[in-house]
Amino acid sequence: MAAGPSKAILAELASRPGRDTRASSLMKAFFIGTSLLFLAALLFAPLAIVFTTAVSKGLMPYFTSFKDSDTIAAIRLTLTVAALVVPLNTIFGISAAWCIAKFEFKGKSFLITLIDLPIAVSPVISGLVYVLLFGIQGWFGIWLQDHDISIIYALPGIVLATMFVTFPYVARELIPLMQQLGNDEEEAAITLGAGGLMTFFHVTLPKIRWGLVYGVILCNARAMGEFGAVTVVSGNIRGVTTTMPLHVEILYNEYNFVGAFAVASLLTLLAVITLIIKSLVEWRTGYQRH
Amino acid sequence: MSSFRQPSILPGFGLTLGFTTFFLGAVVLIPLAALVMKTATMGWDDFIKVLFAPRALASYRLTFGASLLAALVNSVFGFIIAWTLVRYEFPGRKFIDALIDMPFALPTAVSGIALTAVFAPNGWFGQFLAPLGIKVAYTWIGVTVALTLIGLPFVVRSVQPALLEVQRDLEDAAETLGAGRFYIFRRIILPTVLPALATGFTMAFARAVGEYGSVIFIAGNLPMKTEITPLLIVIKLEQYDYAGAAALGFIMLVMSFVMLLSINLLQAWGRRRLVAAAR
Repeated sequence: MAAGPSKAILAELASRPGRDTRASSLMKAFFIGTSLLFLAALLFAPLAIVFTTAVSKGLMPYFTSFKDSDTIAAIRLTLTVAALVVPLNTIFGISAAWCIAKFEFKGKSFLITLIDLPIAVSPVISGLVYVLLFGIQGWFGIWLQDHDISIIYALPGIVLATMFVTFPYVARELIPLMQQLGNDEEEAAITLGAGGLMTFFHVTLPKIRWGLVYGVILCNARAMGEFGAVTVVSGNIRGVTTTMPLHVEILYNEYNFVGAFAVASLLTLLAVITLIIKSLVEWRTGYQRH
Repeated sequence: MSSFRQPSILPGFGLTLGFTTFFLGAVVLIPLAALVMKTATMGWDDFIKVLFAPRALASYRLTFGASLLAALVNSVFGFIIAWTLVRYEFPGRKFIDALIDMPFALPTAVSGIALTAVFAPNGWFGQFLAPLGIKVAYTWIGVTVALTLIGLPFVVRSVQPALLEVQRDLEDAAETLGAGRFYIFRRIILPTVLPALATGFTMAFARAVGEYGSVIFIAGNLPMKTEITPLLIVIKLEQYDYAGAAALGFIMLVMSFVMLLSINLLQAWGRRRLVAAAR
């Protein structure tokens, strides 16, 4: 029985004042309690009120609010914008990640900063720049009017402004991931005679697919939910240029709270689904961002 | 060419770099250049007049004041939440951790109307605050609350990985040598997470300054009182005052550049700290 400390030593260790277990558990309670209270007030309560207000007059008014033709038009417009913006920004993101992660060249960090720029810029400015280019008094305003092309207060303007805002999301997910994975396997494939596209689809894509999935769904969530930039270029023509977030604003300002929160509840569900996919991707890959 | 990039056998450099810069130029850089040029076409006197109009000055005070306050609140509570998520095991920890990203994913208009509903005088929290004489919705406090919500994930997500880097054996060693909790926090934990905390603070501040959607519902939007600068730009555009909108937009763009630069410098500082600690 020589191995292991004796009972007396264990008892002595446990009674030593070094780690005050009572103070430790008090600290733990304080930290968890403060965190939960703060999140409850700022995050849980607003999330809950979206759904309780949406069904405050019962389930029937909630569901009939989706039969409104303007609401249907808003949902359709939002889906159209996302269907145009997300694929374009995905192609851009893959292209940017390939040249930045796979090659060393001068001015690379400057290029990364420029790609990140839309995240730092106010969404209102993202819309403003397109009004200055294509609006009636903008650089191309007269020319566009003469040729009967409308960009501002129409779909193209909404798509451009949304593209600006969601521009960096796919690239930002892929660049660190591809840098971390290195070039060895791609170089081996090229040496063995594979072409560039074949190397990308059979070597690179399988490795980055979960990061790509997350970048795409985050880009999608931001595209569908964009408010500030779209407000500036949309002109708020009801049922024509109002996306779902703008339609929420219109209904809210008309004191149609059930309708406003009903549309808001759809957008909240979109956010919840986005976060679920994010958790799945992280669980699937065991990779943590940043 | 050889001095521009290091040689590599991988194909597609020219194609992807060309496409990336073309797309970046078309979607982001040329439009931003239009903003700068529009500002340049207005006279210096007009520019100054727009910039220092009393209504503009009041909007800067609210925008930057509330953003600063929100970023400070987030630094304190974001640190506490990051600490809780990294150091303690409790039921629902993973769930809370996933929810932290909610403000990233939630459309700003939704958080705007939801916060207003919660904090309005007849709302869930507003009805208890109103008898105490605290008005949140339609005041600067409401603006700060909205900006706190959207900035929170930046601080938590910056601090979390830095807290994981804190060397626990160093803390244990300090404790056996008789250091108190606060001393350990000040001398071991804080120096390790400080660059990350500063980065998170700056990111939250930068995001808050430009925020529009979640603020305009809860702000009340009274000129000189609860009107943020981005809203002033929208109002000028609605009045077809393109030059005035461009001038204010230009100033906000310069601010964004400055903050992006500070974030990059802070991150470089954090990396140097880590490398130095590893030696």
